Amino acid sequence: MGMTMSQKILAAHAGLDAVEPGQLIKAKTDLVLGNDITAPVAIKAYRAAGFGPVFDREKIALVMDHFTPNKDIKAAEQCRLVREFAKEQDILHFYDVGEMGIEHALLPEKGLAAPGELIIGADSHTCTYGALGAFSTGVGSTDMAAGMAKGIAWFKVPAAINFKLTGAPAKWVSGKDVILHIIGRIGVDGALYKSMEFTGGGVAALSVDDRLCMANMAIEAGAKNGIFGVDGAALEYLRDKVSRPFEIYSADADAEYDEVIEIDLSAIRPTVALPHLPDNCKTVDEAGGIPVDQVVIGSCTNGRLEDLRAAAAILKGRKAAKNVRVIIIPATQLIYRQAMDEGLFTVFLDAGCVISTPTCGPCLGGHMGVLAKGERAVATTNRNFVGRMGHTESEVILASPAVAAASAVTGTLSSPENL
Amino acid sequence: MPKVIKYGDNVDTDVIIPARRLNTSDPKELAKYCMEDLDPDFQRKIQGGGIIVAGSNFGCGSSREHAPIAIRASGVSAVIASSFARIFYRNAINIGLAILECPEAAAGISCGDEVEISFDTGVISNKTKNMTYTARPFPEFIQRVIKAGGLLEALRDEI
Repeated sequence: MGMTMSQKILAAHAGLDAVEPGQLIKAKTDLVLGNDITAPVAIKAYRAAGFGPVFDREKIALVMDHFTPNKDIKAAEQCRLVREFAKEQDILHFYDVGEMGIEHALLPEKGLAAPGELIIGADSHTCTYGALGAFSTGVGSTDMAAGMAKGIAWFKVPAAINFKLTGAPAKWVSGKDVILHIIGRIGVDGALYKSMEFTGGGVAALSVDDRLCMANMAIEAGAKNGIFGVDGAALEYLRDKVSRPFEIYSADADAEYDEVIEIDLSAIRPTVALPHLPDNCKTVDEAGGIPVDQVVIGSCTNGRLEDLRAAAAILKGRKAAKNVRVIIIPATQLIYRQAMDEGLFTVFLDAGCVISTPTCGPCLGGHMGVLAKGERAVATTNRNFVGRMGHTESEVILASPAVAAASAVTGTLSSPENL
Repeated sequence: MPKVIKYGDNVDTDVIIPARRLNTSDPKELAKYCMEDLDPDFQRKIQGGGIIVAGSNFGCGSSREHAPIAIRASGVSAVIASSFARIFYRNAINIGLAILECPEAAAGISCGDEVEISFDTGVISNKTKNMTYTARPFPEFIQRVIKAGGLLEALRDEI
């Protein structure tokens, strides 16, 4: 029986010729990731278990991104614990304030994710790197501790759904609209335990930033990972970032999929997820007009340069509506500098937005934009669960950067097409 | 005998333990806020122990291990659900929180029912309704992890 892309990468890392869905394997990891929320739990478990030196000081990434710059004393102490561990273990890829970024934007930018690699991270959005043809998946802190100690992780080999993409998206339709459309179709557990493999001629019409956004939200459909084949655009992205050798895998012609779902990209409209689940999707045509108190443009899902450019294209020469607070969060220091050098900050400041240092902050209701009771945000983030961005009676509408920016201008959920 | 606290589908990690409480990893501290955004009465209901029964995709969302840690530290002896989100599933196993996947039990058990679980056989007995259900058995490797008391303990035993 043929294997999917994900199954081939897992087999190679388990030292096996072939694997099949449901099989439990132990596989070698190429990178183990943690952040300031999950790494402290892992480090405590690591120490309690009595592990000595880490398996490879160059294959661990620790990124201080969630509650940084530290929001309170407890958060500062969590970061200190990780900082001390990184120093003690001489961890090569430790990123603190000043050089950090939101982990899933930072790692690809630093060349820490390459095709064919197996990456685990104690953060659910670790699935992002599938955009570059890696098998990457979120795990918990105990898995992270085991990974740091031994460089291995256990996996149940996933079955897969093949999303065959055709056509090209319309002007204001981005990877975010495509993935929200897909999650709306299959539901928040529509790909539970499975791989989402994105294939077909339509992939070429999606930028690498679009793909990173789509793979990022595979977890919102319950998936173990999301993955794209590696094409010219991906190789071009990797060219000045990854110098080590890597292997490109593609699915066998007779790979078995639980389901094949065809998606015509040209038919997708600007799409949002209404409260309180990411599969509560509607087109902006259907849902437009809902009043908004806050707009957040950033996060591991949509804080990349292309996202900021899309927002700036809408905001240029326009003002944010009165009573709408607009928070722009470039995802990494490099993206911050690029956006500044391109003049995007002038556009944002003229429009009445604030520009934040890179942080996960508001996405998970941590800091830098927490909502009060009864308030509503349109956000380019990834989750809209009850209380996600603040008070349990606040609301989050998930949207693309273009839709978020258009909504900032009108003060209601709006399509960029209608400005 | 433990009593059941019942919830619906898609109980996410943000309602199990909201991110604003994640500035600590102390289990006792986390337990104080367990389920606060879903069920403000949870702390009262769990006094003296209990079992959570829920629908599909329990634990969806974040990878935060704080979620199963908070549940276990609250005194919950097991979670029965129709299905679990995959990261929550592995986290629960890795830290030694008992979980059982059983759609029949999730549908048949009501809030307040008294339930007994045999972890060796996977048999769930609903004493209130005089019904039994059988959960899907764990693969052998996972049984080893559970028996060892968690992943790190199991790994240490291997070396």
